[in-house]
Amino acid sequence: MVEASIALNRFGLGARPGEAIPADPRKWLLAQLDSFESKPAVIAGLPDRRTIAGELAEYLARVRALRQQGDGPRAVRGGAVPSEDMTGARATAPSESDATMTGRAQAPVDDPVKEARRFAQRQARNYYVDAVGARTVASLLTSGPFVERLVHFWANHFAISIDKLQVIGLGGLLEFEAIRPHVLGRFSDMLNAVERHPAMLLYLDQAQSVGPNSPIGARFGQRGNRRLGLNENLAREIMELHTLGVRTGYDQADVTEFARAMTGWTVAGLSQGPRARFAGTEGAAGDFVFAAPLHEPGDRTIMGRRYSQRGEAQGQAVLSDLAVHPATAMHIATKLARHFTGDVPPPALVARMQADFLTTGGDLSSVYRVLIDSPEAWVTAPAKFKTPWEWSISSMRALGMTTIQPQAATGLLNQLGQPVWRPGSPAGFDDIAASWAGPDAILRRVEAAQRFASRAAGALDARMLAPRLFPAAVSPATVQALARAESPAQALALLLVAPESMRR
Amino acid sequence: MIDRRSFVVGAGAIGALAMGFAPTLAFARAETDRRFVFIIQRGAADGLATLAPVGDPGFASQRGVLAEDFAGAARLDSMFALHPSLATIGELYTRGQALFAHAIASPYRDRSHFDGQNVLETGGAGAYQVKDGWLNRMLGMVPSGQAKAIAVAATVPLALRGSHEVSSYAPSALPDAPDDLLQRVSMLYQGDSQLHALWSEAMGTRALTGAMAGDNGRNAAATGALAAKLLAPANGARIAMIETGGWDTHAQQRTRLALQLRGLDSMIGALQVGLGPLWADTMVLVATEFGRTVAVNGTAGTDHGTGSAAMLLGGGVKGGRVLADWPGLGQAALFEGRDLRPTLQLDAFIGGAVAGHFGVEPGRAMAALFPDAGAVRPIEGVVRI
Repeated sequence: MVEASIALNRFGLGARPGEAIPADPRKWLLAQLDSFESKPAVIAGLPDRRTIAGELAEYLARVRALRQQGDGPRAVRGGAVPSEDMTGARATAPSESDATMTGRAQAPVDDPVKEARRFAQRQARNYYVDAVGARTVASLLTSGPFVERLVHFWANHFAISIDKLQVIGLGGLLEFEAIRPHVLGRFSDMLNAVERHPAMLLYLDQAQSVGPNSPIGARFGQRGNRRLGLNENLAREIMELHTLGVRTGYDQADVTEFARAMTGWTVAGLSQGPRARFAGTEGAAGDFVFAAPLHEPGDRTIMGRRYSQRGEAQGQAVLSDLAVHPATAMHIATKLARHFTGDVPPPALVARMQADFLTTGGDLSSVYRVLIDSPEAWVTAPAKFKTPWEWSISSMRALGMTTIQPQAATGLLNQLGQPVWRPGSPAGFDDIAASWAGPDAILRRVEAAQRFASRAAGALDARMLAPRLFPAAVSPATVQALARAESPAQALALLLVAPESMRR
Repeated sequence: MIDRRSFVVGAGAIGALAMGFAPTLAFARAETDRRFVFIIQRGAADGLATLAPVGDPGFASQRGVLAEDFAGAARLDSMFALHPSLATIGELYTRGQALFAHAIASPYRDRSHFDGQNVLETGGAGAYQVKDGWLNRMLGMVPSGQAKAIAVAATVPLALRGSHEVSSYAPSALPDAPDDLLQRVSMLYQGDSQLHALWSEAMGTRALTGAMAGDNGRNAAATGALAAKLLAPANGARIAMIETGGWDTHAQQRTRLALQLRGLDSMIGALQVGLGPLWADTMVLVATEFGRTVAVNGTAGTDHGTGSAAMLLGGGVKGGRVLADWPGLGQAALFEGRDLRPTLQLDAFIGGAVAGHFGVEPGRAMAALFPDAGAVRPIEGVVRI
């Protein structure tokens, strides 16, 4: 792989047929750091957060009303914070539900709560599919494929999984609203935006966390309301996954203290009326709100440091410290290096990136520059086996596609085994070959390539395309396979699954 | 036509491409008028859905939705009914040319396709204990057995591999576009160790479970007709093996199995029609590596089991009967609490059939085909004398 091919494929998202091959690959990458379009038209055209969260709020209100009409046990009592229906039971995963998959109404159900739920799932599912479509098209059209790749990297670092009804519709917005604007900025800014985003607050249950000694906790906790209490989920994952990394010196007591400091960080507008007013969670649906009545009073001690701030500032102070911690720098440097240089990244490169992260206070563009300047990132042999997402995007770009039906993009990634924003865990999708290089996975790519190629054939000659996609890096075996193909479509399909296309 | 495409495969020299263009054929020639065809059902065919014990009091409750296929099915006897897709085979039964054996199994008692098929094809007592196939060893046993090799499919199935030269022959129809693409991908990955290994495994699995139901049974019928053409000539092959896949019905079994069985039925029909009067001298064995669970799983399918059903078809078969020492479907009767308990030995069934068909002394046949079977006695009386 020569440098142009490395820049296009390992750093970028794959070449496009009509595009000039970068004359100076490093310069081409560095230039992208200066002119990233954080809100391209295809994303700007999506429904906004207020709309999506507003519908969610309507659904939750409707369910509450229905349950209050019903008899005792299911009726909602007490808590003004997001109630059981919002944060408790897990939603049926969207692709596992006929109702949400097909978008068609099922046979009449006599349970209006279930019916409302199905309706809300369909609504949310539509937003999700449109967001996947927008993400895909943005990747096809972008003039900054390196930065676009970094967006996908960070969205997976701060992974949510659309396994809960509340998160299905909002999931894509985390990437669009919290990741994209900060991808070239400071890590701490991205971290702050992510941890305040409704998708994250709902996904990791922060929205329902209540300080036991807070005004709400003291008032309702004593009545034996089991739903109210501290939830450590987000605090734990911030430390383990978002910042420090697992086993880096913090312990369970630190997690609990951090969770206490974070109480009050919740989502506005998902419950209404006097209870919401009392809890401080009223406001425009989907907005971040600090609800003081939920906040655990008192100082906190985390990893030996005392936090005596009051209110929102307390959790913020912890986050700010975590954002620039040496363990965080190590964690981020390792993951970034792994993404570009191989499943086991070179320790020397990781050390340089970590050092840069620490000296610049987490200036991400600066860390990316260290990466671009490092010979380890330009090793000729392919460094990474493409994930299904990477393979799909590079295939579509290779064929010169500029658009795709949202449902088709969503379905393709489901079939290839990497449903967008649905890794199934806050750890995100793996970034190592062992997770993606499986026999069945390869077979599916071949099948997908066959379908792609049968539609694209006629306009493209794979023999001419190959050296544009992989400048000076096409193997003799691939050249021969393309030359001997029985049809232009077959040659295209072979090019899309050639070893050059499977790795970067 | 055969010669143009044929190539000799020496003993143990297996084709390089492990491709799975199911169904595929492999032939061996022997100096006899008798024809023998082994149709292997790769993937563990569900014997309880092929030949249903509708008279068993536990059948309806144990099989749930899978029992519905037999609601109006004609019974063969007080216990068994044949799947409605098997019209041709049912007719052979009526004419006394189809013999079924139920609750039957090879010596293999675990549930791996690979290992189970290894035992079924080698005739060993356990997986990987015998290196060659029982069909190959049979070549040394049939009268005037100067078996000459003749080439066909991409690979010689294990049952036919061994010291006797065996040929393989690919069906004359060109592989369709997707299969051709798969083959070219194999070539493309030859020099890439990671992709080559993954692809070989993918193709191996595909061969194991690939569908024979394609094109609504016409592919299967074409394969049956081709086999007949190659077996019919005086100087043609006498022994053939047809590989079928797609029997691993873990989900939505009713629809899939109905198509699979229709394919099998078409294949048998085409074979019979193609052989014409030679059908009288032909024996067809249909067998699978193991059966499937008695109970239906959560995806309207069944999982890997133990006892299954086998078939012998042909003009010389003493058919119109079901051989079974029926163990019952009551929970207490099941093997390991889940599978049909095997009460007949497939080795004994095959040994008796081959011995009867080729007029070989049964003990000699058993020793050649199933050398590790020990004291297993062949089931005799399966052919008309």
